[in-house]
Amino acid sequence: MQASAAAARAMSLLAPARGTCIRTKVYPPQRDVTDEPPRIGVFICHCGSNIASVVDVEEVVRRTAVLPNVVLAEHNIYTCADDTQDTIKDKIGQYRLNRVIVASCTPRTHEAIFRDTLRDAGLNPYLLEMANIRDQCSWVHSAAPDSATRKAADLVRMAVGRAARLVPLTEDTVTVKGAALIIGGGVAGMTAALAMADQGFPVHLVEKSEALGGAARDLFRTLDGLDVQAFLAETIDRVIGHPRITVHLHSHVTQVEGHVGDFTSVITTGAKTRQVEHGVVVVATGAVEGKPTTFGYGQSPRVITQRDLSGQLARGELDLPKGATVAMLQCVEQRTADRPYCSRVCCTMAVQNALAVRERHPDARVVVLYRDMRTYGFREIAYKKARQAGVLFVRFDDDAPPGFSLGADGAIELTVRDAIVQRDLLMRPSVLVLAAPIVGQHDRQEVSDLLRIPINADGFFLEAHVKLRPVDFASEGLFLCGTAHAPKFLSETISQASAVAARAASILSRQTMPIGAQIARVDPDKCVSCMTCVHVCPYLAPIVGDDNKAQVQPTVCMGCGSCTSECPAKAITLHHYTDAQILGAIDRLLNAGPGPVGPGEGAYLEQVGVARPRWTEG
Amino acid sequence: MDTDQELVILALCCHYCAYAAADMAGSMRLQYPGSVRVLRFPCTSKIEVNYLLTAFERGIDGILVAGCLEGGCHFLEGNLRARRRVERAKKLLDEIGLGAGRLEMFNLSSAEGPRFAEIATEMHERVVELGPSPLRRGREAVLAGVAGMASLAEAVIAGEKT
Ligand SMILES: Cc1cc2nc3c(=O)[nH]c(=O)nc-3n(C[C@H](O)[C@H](O)[C@H](O)COP(=O)(O)OP(=O)(O)OC[C@H]3O[C@@H](n4cnc5c(N)ncnc54)[C@H](O)[C@@H]3O)c2cc1C
Ligand code: SF4
Ligand code: SF4
Ligand code: FES
Repeated sequence: MQASAAAARAMSLLAPARGTCIRTKVYPPQRDVTDEPPRIGVFICHCGSNIASVVDVEEVVRRTAVLPNVVLAEHNIYTCADDTQDTIKDKIGQYRLNRVIVASCTPRTHEAIFRDTLRDAGLNPYLLEMANIRDQCSWVHSAAPDSATRKAADLVRMAVGRAARLVPLTEDTVTVKGAALIIGGGVAGMTAALAMADQGFPVHLVEKSEALGGAARDLFRTLDGLDVQAFLAETIDRVIGHPRITVHLHSHVTQVEGHVGDFTSVITTGAKTRQVEHGVVVVATGAVEGKPTTFGYGQSPRVITQRDLSGQLARGELDLPKGATVAMLQCVEQRTADRPYCSRVCCTMAVQNALAVRERHPDARVVVLYRDMRTYGFREIAYKKARQAGVLFVRFDDDAPPGFSLGADGAIELTVRDAIVQRDLLMRPSVLVLAAPIVGQHDRQEVSDLLRIPINADGFFLEAHVKLRPVDFASEGLFLCGTAHAPKFLSETISQASAVAARAASILSRQTMPIGAQIARVDPDKCVSCMTCVHVCPYLAPIVGDDNKAQVQPTVCMGCGSCTSECPAKAITLHHYTDAQILGAIDRLLNAGPGPVGPGEGAYLEQVGVARPRWTEG
Repeated sequence: MDTDQELVILALCCHYCAYAAADMAGSMRLQYPGSVRVLRFPCTSKIEVNYLLTAFERGIDGILVAGCLEGGCHFLEGNLRARRRVERAKKLLDEIGLGAGRLEMFNLSSAEGPRFAEIATEMHERVVELGPSPLRRGREAVLAGVAGMASLAEAVIAGEKT
């Protein structure tokens, strides 16, 4: 993520030169393999010693070489090394291979690399299959090498079963609309907007409230001393003044149609609507402070949240009697069974506010009641400083939360069992400051429904992959940043938003882009027009055509396969995950016997599903 | 480790979560029984009852289906649909006498490498307890190269009797 953020900065500097140094990679024309019987080449990798120190790769080669359709099986020290890839390309030509299996590491990181090798050798990239004999074999069975070897051979055999039935697929291309739609005008949305606009892309920034800024409007200073209000004012000025950013205040996105590279959306402002076209969508809808319902919050003006306290400190409004006690209670209504997550910023806010109170009111006592102090990263230094400054930290057990009562005169009484000295403490603080949770927006479900994006159990939007695709949604062309994703510090919001800009630019900077070929297709002869697929598809990809038969819009389909499993007529095939391919793998695993197959042999296709409708027979 | 050598368990994993968790178990060098073989799917919603039954018919000893956490499916409700299908297949397994215990669905996130190792171990131990599939004779016969629908049918009948 930091890397993508850095890339975004670099790209805005390089924007004028974009496209001037591109060398388009030229691939040889693809060999037509449709009429050839499968000729599979299997390359089994040592991965240095990662695989070979556990798995007997030569034994795997021996067991693989005898399998039907396999014309070549060999082992290599590092299959992903440039010279081995050249060897693979040579062997493809020499043995007229038309399917390639690489048995090595995980396809999650290496599939793209080997697909490219196939393209270089004039083979369709979808004719590659991988067997994961490292992450899912040698690494997890290092104590049982024999069993690991047998398993590796089995995994390769499954790959052979699948590979024999792979077919070449062509990827469609779509024309990219080079603009962005950003939902949410907080720091995340504005940072992403500026980064994209600086790179030359028009941006529509949609904010539902009357002003830009979001949660940061109530922040004053970060721990590292950033004057948030000054930063915000400057950012807002730049956004409003930017020639390529159109800000829509008091507005909602009410409709989104299309797919990566080519969306058409409707922005509604009061009674007015406006249609915009764009290639990507960024979700930056943020999060809010969850108002506590316990510890007298809302019943007494002396019970406030950490955010209220920072405001009072910043405006010089905190009025304390001499020798007052300020009690801070951490993890309020969070890290519980109902709300298991940690809001990340509260411990740091508490430490920062505690230091500020001690500085301004040196005679005041500050007591922080906590379960665990989680001042992330270098923020621990502030925690140490707070201890040195005389802030008292009292730890309580999860199952012994402090007792609270509010007297008729408004006096606050807190009892707590100190988990370290095992003593009950009684406190009558002048102010009780609660670490309230950060919670998702109340209308997040509407955004989820609009864009068909998942929300996790904590109420935040879910990225495609924590490590590999941290700012993407699983659906292509949709990105997320800021606290809409999870509670995070302002600095983290900013770098995530910059990362989004870089990821989005990788789409927006193209004229056209390919879309994956792993998509569903309806056989109109089998379709019984029941509309099941139309209801099942999370993306509304299937539509009913003029012939009253369903058809899947290739650009909208994400290739999940939901519809294929639900269609009562078995009329839908998911390319690259056909029944024949899946059953081919299962069959080869459980049936090591001979019997080559051809890709066109529909051994399973007719065997499964319901009978064809009578009227199509004969 | 005799049983470990013999048993074959299929792990049908969603690309986004379970498959990623299995990779993570690898990077963490966690150890689990060697009986488990992973087959990758774009989402558990692609897993049809037919695939499960075919694998059992061919003699698999156990199958675990692993998808994203409930509510965490990258295609929204794919894993809920998969669960319904797994439940249906379990009923069928009970009806034909193979036993529902040989099939189970699990949910986990991509960050849960240790959970994957746990699931794999749990399923392995369960299948050890159940013993090899009675339909395995079919598989072994096939392995021995004397395959034929007749022996498979015999095995099915034998399976129903036990
Ligand atoms: C109580 C609290 C205290 C915090 N304290 C600190 C701290 O001390 N230090 C620190 O570093 N960070 C702190 N943070 C975190 C920091 O505020 C965030 O990281 C940052 O402001 C998040 O920016 P954002 O743009 O992602 O979200 P937000 O600032 O929440 O902005 C989201 C914007 O999107 C708009 N929006 C929402 N839904 C829609 C919709 N459907 N359509 C159109 N617009 C929509 C909202 O109106 C809002 O303007 C705190 C956060 C909170 C909530
Ligand atoms: S679910 Fe199948 S039969 Fe029904 S409309 Fe879709 S493709 Fe046609
Ligand atoms: S595979 Fe089917 S359900 Fe999934 S996105 Fe494509 S059309 Fe929709
Ligand atoms: S994407 Fe993992 S179960 Fe659907």
